[in-house]
Amino acid sequence: MSNASIEAIAAKSGQPFPGAPNNWQRFFTFSTDHKVIGIQYIVTAFVFFLIGGLLAMVMRGELITPEADLVDRTVYNALFTMHGTIMLFMWTFPVLNGLSNYLVPLMIGARDMAFPRLNAAAFWLVPVFGTLLMASFFVPGGPSQSGWWAYPPVSLQNPTGNLINGQVLWLLAVALSGVSSIMGAVNFVTTIFRMRAPGMGWFRMPAFCWTVLSAQMIQLFGLPSLTAGAVMLLLDLTAGTSFFDPARGGDPVLYQHFFWFYSHPAVYVIILPIFGTFSEVFPVYARKPLFGYRFVVVSSVIITVLSAMVWVHHMFASGTPSWMRMLFMFSTMLISVPTGVKVFAWVATVWGGKLRLDTPMLFALGGLVCFLFAGITGVMLGAVPFDIHVNNTYFVVGHFHYVIYGAAVMGVYAAIYHWFPKMTGHMYYEGLGKLHFALTFIGVNLNFFPMHPLGLMGMPRRVASYDPEFAYWNVIASLGGFLLGVSTLPFILNMISSWILGKRAAANPWNAIGLEWLIPSPPPVENFEEIPIVVSGPYGYGSYEPLVANNPAGELNSEHR
Amino acid sequence: MSTANLDPTLNTHGTHAAEHEEEDHRMFGFIVFLLSESVIFLSFFVGYTVYKTNITDWLPAGVEGLEVREPLINTIVLVSSSFVIYFAERFLRNENLWGFRALWLLTMAMGSFFLYGQAVEWMGLPFGFTDGVFGGTFYLLTGFHGLHVMTGVLLQGIMLGRSFLPNNYAGGEFGVEATSLFWHFVDVIWIILFILIYVWQ
Repeated sequence: MSNASIEAIAAKSGQPFPGAPNNWQRFFTFSTDHKVIGIQYIVTAFVFFLIGGLLAMVMRGELITPEADLVDRTVYNALFTMHGTIMLFMWTFPVLNGLSNYLVPLMIGARDMAFPRLNAAAFWLVPVFGTLLMASFFVPGGPSQSGWWAYPPVSLQNPTGNLINGQVLWLLAVALSGVSSIMGAVNFVTTIFRMRAPGMGWFRMPAFCWTVLSAQMIQLFGLPSLTAGAVMLLLDLTAGTSFFDPARGGDPVLYQHFFWFYSHPAVYVIILPIFGTFSEVFPVYARKPLFGYRFVVVSSVIITVLSAMVWVHHMFASGTPSWMRMLFMFSTMLISVPTGVKVFAWVATVWGGKLRLDTPMLFALGGLVCFLFAGITGVMLGAVPFDIHVNNTYFVVGHFHYVIYGAAVMGVYAAIYHWFPKMTGHMYYEGLGKLHFALTFIGVNLNFFPMHPLGLMGMPRRVASYDPEFAYWNVIASLGGFLLGVSTLPFILNMISSWILGKRAAANPWNAIGLEWLIPSPPPVENFEEIPIVVSGPYGYGSYEPLVANNPAGELNSEHR
Repeated sequence: MSTANLDPTLNTHGTHAAEHEEEDHRMFGFIVFLLSESVIFLSFFVGYTVYKTNITDWLPAGVEGLEVREPLINTIVLVSSSFVIYFAERFLRNENLWGFRALWLLTMAMGSFFLYGQAVEWMGLPFGFTDGVFGGTFYLLTGFHGLHVMTGVLLQGIMLGRSFLPNNYAGGEFGVEATSLFWHFVDVIWIILFILIYVWQ
């Protein structure tokens, strides 16, 4: 019995492979199937995305007028702290882990992750620390107010005097999130190193897997540093030590080093899989091979290495000696080289292609535009004199929201739409998808562009009230913020209705090349009936080469459009 | 072709391969984890060095410095146990189960002696956890390392117990190898820690 006959049947009838389970209850169990865990991650993270987004909309509501009238100042502090923490630790990391979990084994031709039970345990920690963090809304004194950096000495204040306070819960949640991320990272690195299908050499591996590998390596070397800092901060708060307490000989700047040694590379943990998504999406919808594949994937590894050498650029205004600032300014500028290589390659991939402007492609293009803008402001911020000028202003907020929302969230949407037919076996509704894109793209720019002029004018971040001269841009930003809130509605409607009612998806609805597109949608429990033997590179658009030897589904890969 | 003859192929082939693969990858995964774990210690060491070189009145009032003699004995015992566990592993590889058990038990005894020595040292010290950054870093580093030693001894106990299950260690055992690797790791960390805290005063 050959694989080809199964393919033919699956493709002809559009029915899922007989082995694909169809019960929704499995998403609520301790399943060890990487595909179930992937979807569990994505959906859980999205719930937290909505919560974090609601907090952001309350903040934008507060900022629509110059006075602090909607919420109290302390509530505002808690809002931006929880917004940042939720969005990073409970939305972006888990959602990207979910996408990687779903896609990496399929893309490298494996039946599951290397350690399926560890994988499930890592996921189930997410609701645990999520609940822990949410619980801080209900303890006396409310949630932490020290921002998502939790810099001492602000984070060492404990006005209520209780042992269980918002800051302690925050630290425990972040520490648990770290445990979960390390469990995931060990799993991903082992899987990618050891479980690639025969014939899939390093340079036959899809760019997405390269970026996941790079991102997870960053978790492995970076997170322990944050863990060390968090342990010491927790001891300062609860056990009476004085590691970061300047009044008793401690050094608060050391915490900043521990924090940013992880949390700057963490930005690359977020953005690298998005780079991978761009590299997967552009060739499919431009019908061209990825331009400069080797340069693109090697630049991911270079970014990983450089990411460990730039963290002090967050501390230019922390009394850092000038020789150190020069050094880190240089390394920060250097990181724009591998990033620039990638942007160039994507533009060259899209250039002159037969563009299909489906929703994933729209989101990827929109994400690329936002990333380019964020990259330019990023290089501006990397320069010490400019950074000192706009330090702690809205310019910084605008910059990283273009990265995190403009590039990362739009990239996540691109990935979800692109692989939605594979994950669910149904097509999404294109019209709703395009509406979602339009609302998101307009919302992002309306919300986050005004933050740049505000920052240049000198409006500080993390304030509930401001000088009336800043009102104009703040009103525009708030309108953008509410638009972003509205933009999630067509997405939710689209996902739920098309999963239930959507048209059946074929194995390869986009006519894409890749191991995941050679198996039915949704894939059966063990993915591949027979482990594929890979015989060519991942982006052979227009070259008519078969991708695998034992599954001669070449006609699926060639261009018939 | 029917569904009926598809499923058995999928299941037998699939599950067997998956189990086999998991066996193979555990050591690789464990090494990756240890590399990551070492960065926590590295962070603590860097923090300690920064504090030690920057803080002017490093020792709390009334503290002269640390006694080196007993910790040195402790160090020698812990470092030697690394060799003992190596030979225990060799015995297991040569299928000499009783030789393995004897040396494995000796390793556990040496690890426990280290923990006992550490506890005795802690009791006799004139400063506490909250006595400045010196006290904080001292107990943090030795305590965090001590937790690892304790974990190592517990793991060794589990492995020793498992050696009495019939045929459990036929053809090598991941648990023993991993415990042994972990023990070497804990050992190397202690050598760095000993130099940082006791030698460099």
